[in-house]
Amino acid sequence: MKKWVFWLVALAALAAMESSLRGLIGAYNYQIVILVGINIILAVSLNLINGYTGQFSIGHAGFYAVGAYTSASLVFYGGPAIRGATAFLPQIAQNAVLLLAGIFAAAIAAGIAGWAVGIPSLRLRGDYLAIVTLGFGEIIRVLILNIDAIGGSRGFSGIPQLSNFFWVYLVVLITVVTVHNLVNSSYGRAFISIRDDEIAAEAMGVDTTRYKVMSFVISSMFAGIAGSLFGHYTMYLHPNSFLFTTSFYLIIMIVIGGLGSIEGAILGAVLVTVLLEVFREFGAFRLVNFSILLVLIMIYRPQGLLGAWTLFRPRKAAPAAK
Amino acid sequence: MGILDVRNCTKRFGGLIAVKALDMCLNQGDLYGLIGPNGAGKTTVFNLITGVYKTDEGSIELDGRTIHRSKPSSIASLGISRTFQNIRLFRSMTVLENVKVARHMRKKQGIVDAIVHTRHLKSEEDEIERDAMQLLKIFNLDARADELAFNLPYGSQRRLEIARALATAPKVLLLDEPAAGMNPQESLELMRLIRSIRDEFHITILLVEHNMKVVMGVCEKIQVIDYGETIALGTPREIQGNPKVIEAYLGGA
Repeated sequence: MKKWVFWLVALAALAAMESSLRGLIGAYNYQIVILVGINIILAVSLNLINGYTGQFSIGHAGFYAVGAYTSASLVFYGGPAIRGATAFLPQIAQNAVLLLAGIFAAAIAAGIAGWAVGIPSLRLRGDYLAIVTLGFGEIIRVLILNIDAIGGSRGFSGIPQLSNFFWVYLVVLITVVTVHNLVNSSYGRAFISIRDDEIAAEAMGVDTTRYKVMSFVISSMFAGIAGSLFGHYTMYLHPNSFLFTTSFYLIIMIVIGGLGSIEGAILGAVLVTVLLEVFREFGAFRLVNFSILLVLIMIYRPQGLLGAWTLFRPRKAAPAAK
Repeated sequence: MGILDVRNCTKRFGGLIAVKALDMCLNQGDLYGLIGPNGAGKTTVFNLITGVYKTDEGSIELDGRTIHRSKPSSIASLGISRTFQNIRLFRSMTVLENVKVARHMRKKQGIVDAIVHTRHLKSEEDEIERDAMQLLKIFNLDARADELAFNLPYGSQRRLEIARALATAPKVLLLDEPAAGMNPQESLELMRLIRSIRDEFHITILLVEHNMKVVMGVCEKIQVIDYGETIALGTPREIQGNPKVIEAYLGGA
């Protein structure tokens, strides 16, 4: 199938679903579907670092927050100016321009944050890297708590609603295709070689620092975009949405689904998001369910539900050249 | 001046001097053996040449370029490749993918190419795959290209490591105990293979090996080190008769 045909069909399908979905399943379920989509973006992107490159990061919520707040501030403070400049466009196009500007800014800001965290901390391994990234996430949250212009501890309200099912799932598609293409290229092999054996990777000419930072930056950019979509859907941001527990949920998603599998990350995101809703009446006890689930999975299926299984196999080997 | 020139290199680990003012010179096309008793510093020399360790003193030059301050990946791209004493294959990858990784740095794919999967990327991927399969064929591994490297028998894993190292198109190939764990039959084949690699790829090979049969059978020049210092240098025949070498291996009378 030609690439542009795929994207055209996808756009049409998403637009059709956007116009009918809310009526079909109700506002509550619609919101859950949106959250599932945002979590898929987060989980699939986190999988790039934790699953493919084999670095243990638990700071994804930090990049998510950077994106959410960057996009929200840009649209909140710069929105009128952007609307003014695009006044000749119809309302829906103005909204799209605003959202795309927000997404763009979110990706850049989160990418820079990923780079800034990645350069010094990727010299560390395993637990040490995990601690640094955890600390980074908390620093971001505390910083936000103390910036009054973006609401501080009151939360950031009055963000225009711009994203919806269409945008969220368009980004889901883009994320999945990007990560899939990336991991099935030389870049992906470089990432995986670092996970498998860093010393051997370096000896084979893989610049491990560069590729680690690269996977970190790409991953945080998508987390930032997810943040932008989240803020412009809920219209309100609070630092408590970006607690380290958010990072933990994301890790649970990819571990349940299977580290290093895109389909696994998607399955994990769907499962965890839906289960969180199903168990909502248990309050704080819903975390217990995940502990039990994780323990069971570690015992019976340590590679995750899908393991490294993948639906879209990369191309088979060509017959040997003469 | 040779293709690989180690001059006056010293490496200390705390109070231990692992390599002491070592000189080594490999000429283009050499099949050079580095031997010594356990703990003599052979693997340290390998790690110095490949940039895993930095020298405390002295210099290392590849083809006239100073490399002892570069990081391992740049040294690899300048043309030094290696295998490992304890096999370090990429265990979650197939045999073919292991070789493809090593081919990667000889290609120029942009990140955008990779994300969009452009035509340029596809043609380059095909090229990488062709080169990789050709290498696997030479090493008799092409039939198992799609198996996980991890599942290969030990001897094949060793051969795959050499194939992977060659995929980086090196000028100098470092083999760290390639015959370790091989039976006599396999070592014999390995010797033949090493010689044919040198002739076919026109490269220089530096070999660390404990199996004397292999070293004496395949190397044309041998350097013996003990406690990080050179104690003998010469042809296999000269080395075998050298009293210092015999003393290092068997102890003084």
